[in-house]
Amino acid sequence: MIHVVKRKEMPLGKAMAVRIGIIVLALVVCGVITAIATGLNPIDVYATMIQGSFGSPRKAWILAQEVALLLCVSLALTPAFRMKFWNLGGEGQVLAGGLASAACMILLGDKMPNAALIAVMFLASVAAGALWAAIPAFFKAKFNTNETLFTLMMNYVATQLVAYFVIVWENPKGSGTIGIINQSSEAGWLPVVGGNKYVLIVILVALLTAGMFVYLNYSKQGYELSVVGESPSTARYVGIKVDRVIVRTLLISGAVCGFAGMLLVAGSAHTLSTTIAAGRGFTAVMVAWLAKFNPLIMVGSSALLEFMGHGAGEIATTYGLNQSFGDILTGIILFFIIGTEFFITYRIVFSRKTKQIGEEQGDV
Amino acid sequence: MNKLDKLMINRRQAITATFGGAAALSLAACGGSGSAAGSAASGGKIKVGLICLHDENSTYDLNFIKAFKESCEKMGVGTEGQDFLIKTGVPENNECYDAAAELVEAGCKLIFADSFGHEDYMIQAAKEFPEVQFCHATGTKAHTEKLPNYHNAFAAIYEGRYLAGVAAGLKLKEMIDAGTITADKAKMGYVGAFTYAEVISGYTSFFLGAKSIVPEVTMDVTFTGSWYDQPLEQEGATKLINGGCVLISQHADSMGAPQACENANVPNVSYNGSTKSSCPKTYIISSRINWSPYYEEAIGAVTGGKEIDVDYVGTLATSSVELTELNEAAAAKGTAEKLKEVEEALKAGSVKVFDTKNFTVEGKEVTTYKADVDSDPKMEGDTEVIADGYFHESEYRSAPYFDMQIDGIKLLDTNFG
Repeated sequence: MIHVVKRKEMPLGKAMAVRIGIIVLALVVCGVITAIATGLNPIDVYATMIQGSFGSPRKAWILAQEVALLLCVSLALTPAFRMKFWNLGGEGQVLAGGLASAACMILLGDKMPNAALIAVMFLASVAAGALWAAIPAFFKAKFNTNETLFTLMMNYVATQLVAYFVIVWENPKGSGTIGIINQSSEAGWLPVVGGNKYVLIVILVALLTAGMFVYLNYSKQGYELSVVGESPSTARYVGIKVDRVIVRTLLISGAVCGFAGMLLVAGSAHTLSTTIAAGRGFTAVMVAWLAKFNPLIMVGSSALLEFMGHGAGEIATTYGLNQSFGDILTGIILFFIIGTEFFITYRIVFSRKTKQIGEEQGDV
Repeated sequence: MNKLDKLMINRRQAITATFGGAAALSLAACGGSGSAAGSAASGGKIKVGLICLHDENSTYDLNFIKAFKESCEKMGVGTEGQDFLIKTGVPENNECYDAAAELVEAGCKLIFADSFGHEDYMIQAAKEFPEVQFCHATGTKAHTEKLPNYHNAFAAIYEGRYLAGVAAGLKLKEMIDAGTITADKAKMGYVGAFTYAEVISGYTSFFLGAKSIVPEVTMDVTFTGSWYDQPLEQEGATKLINGGCVLISQHADSMGAPQACENANVPNVSYNGSTKSSCPKTYIISSRINWSPYYEEAIGAVTGGKEIDVDYVGTLATSSVELTELNEAAAAKGTAEKLKEVEEALKAGSVKVFDTKNFTVEGKEVTTYKADVDSDPKMEGDTEVIADGYFHESEYRSAPYFDMQIDGIKLLDTNFG
C-alpha cells in the first residue's frame, strides 16, 4: 500500500536547498530532452536563452520591464489570495484599468496638460480595476457566491467591453486595432526617465513591491486579511468585520490590477486591445503561488517565468525551432517545482500492515 | 561557420538516436542550411529580419515565412539564425517595436513585418533607426508618412481573383449548357471576412471575372467577422448554398467554406492555396499572393544600394499573384486554355479588371469616384481613382481601396468587426 503523509515542518534552509537542487535537476532533464528532440547541444540552447534575455542592454531592459509588469499583477492578486479569496479575475481587472486609461488618453488627450491627464488616468484606471474586483467581492461577502467562477466570468465581460471600444476607436477604420494612441502628441504617455523607455515601470513596481510587503506583513489590515484567510469564524470571534475586509481587500487587489493596466497602456504598449493583458492575470496566479504569496520571493518567480519566455523566443529565432519548444521547457521546469512543493509538504509511505496504515493516518 | 558545423554534427548524432520523426526533420533542415552556407553573396552582404504575427502553424504567416526563407537562400543572404532572423508570435503592440529594435541591434539592415496591425510600430522604429529599411506588408501609411526608410507592399491580388472568377464563369457556363441550371439561376455565393475594401475589391474582381463569361451572373455575399473561424465560414457557405448559390468562393483563411462545398457537392473556387487534397470533387482553382518577388527585390535593392519602392505592388507579371493547380475533375473543359489567354491579356493591359464598361452602380456607369486612399481619421474619399475608363486599383497606394457596391452583387449582411 502507498499512502501520503504530511511531513513535519521542513527547516527553511533544507527546503530551499531542495528547491534549488530540483531546479538544477529540471534543467538537466530539459537538456536531455532538447538533445534528443532537436539534436542541438543543450548548453548552446541555454546560452542562447541567456543571450535572449541579457544579450544587449535593450534586451535586459525589456526583460526587466516585463518582469515588473507580471510582478505588478501578481502583487495585486496576493492580498486576495492570502485571504483565500481566489481572484482569477486579474485579466479582467487589468483590462478594465487599461480601458479606463485608453479612454482618458483618447477623449481628454488634447484637453489638459500631460501631468493632469496622467493623474486623471491614474485615478480612472485604479477605480475601474477596483470596481471590477469589488463586484464579485460584494456578492461573496453578502451572498457567499463562488468567487472563482464570478471573477473568471468578469474577465469575459471586460474582454467584450474592450473589444467593443476597440471598434469604436478603431484607427484606421477596418483595421480592427486602434494603433498607437496619440502617436504624434504622446499625450498621456508615461514620461521617459533618463532617456530610457523601460526604467519608469521598473521603478514604480519596485516601490509597489516594497509597499505591498509592508502592508501584508506589518499593517493591521494585512494581519486582518490573513486571519480571515485562516478562519472566517475566528476572525468574526475576535471582532473583525469579515464582509468589510473582503470588500476592502478586493478593492486593493483590483486597484493594483487597474494600475497594471495603466502601466501597460500608457507606459509600454500605447494602445489597447483585448489581448493586452496577455494572460498575465493567470500567469500571476502561478507567480504568487510559487512564491508562497511572499512579495519579495515573487520577484524571483516572475523573473524565472519571464526569462523562460524570452529565452523561448530567442531559441525560436536562432535555431528555427517553434516557440512552443520554449513552452515545453517551461512546462518541465514548472512540473518539477510544483512536484517539489508536494514532496516538501508530504512524504509517501510504503507499508504492508493495515495496522500501521491506521496509525499513520492518525497523524495526517 | 564553426558553430554551424557543430550544429550539423549534433544533428547527425541525433539521427543515430532513435527519434524517427524529429530526426527526419533535422536531416531536412540540415540539407537546407548546408547548401545556403555554401553560396556566398556576390554583392554586399546584409542581415535581414522578418517579424510575424503568429508562427508557421498559421497559413497566413506560413506564406510569408516560406517566401522569406526561399528568397534569403536564393539571394545568398546566408543561414537562418545568423544572417536572416525570423521573430514569430509578435503581437500588434509595442512588442513589435521591441522586436524591430532588437533586430536592428542584431545588425539587420532590412526588416519586414507581415501583419496589418504592426504598421504603427514599424513606423515608430523607422523614425528611430533611419539607417535601416523597414518594409511592411499590407499597410497603408507609407505614402503619407513620407519616411525615406519606410515602405508598404501588397499584391494586385484582384488580378488573381479575376482569373479565378473566369474559371468560375466557365464552370457556370458548362452547367447552363448542360441544362443543369438556367442562366437566370447562375448565382454564386461568397463568404467574406469583413466588409472592408480588401475584401470588397476581392469579391468584386472575382464577380467581374465570372461576368466576363456569363453576363447574367449574380452573387450573394455574407460576412463572418473573422479572418479565421471554421464553423462560421462553413455555416456561411451552407447558408449561401441553401439560398440557391451554385458555386462558392471565399476570402477567409479556414477550410470552412471549401469543406461545406465538398459536403454539398457544390463547386468551390478557393483562396490562399490548393484545397484539392481535402476537396477533390469540388475544388476548381485558387489564387494566392507569392511574397518572394518582393523579398528578392527589396534585398537586392539594399545590397545594391538602390531605393525600395514606397508602395510596391506585385502583379501577375512579377509572379507575385499566382493561381494554384487546376483541378481537371471539377473545372469546366478548356479552363486552362482560357485562363492562359486572359492572363496574357491582363499582363499586356488589354483587359482591365475594373473596366467601367463592365459594371454599373445603381444602374449607371461610373465615371468619377473618390476613394479613401489616405489613412486619416476623416474616413472619406480623397483621391480620384477613375481615369482612362477604368478604376485604378492599387496605384495610389499598394493596399486595395476599391469599395463600391456594384450591381449584381447582393450583400446579405455586413460586418465591420
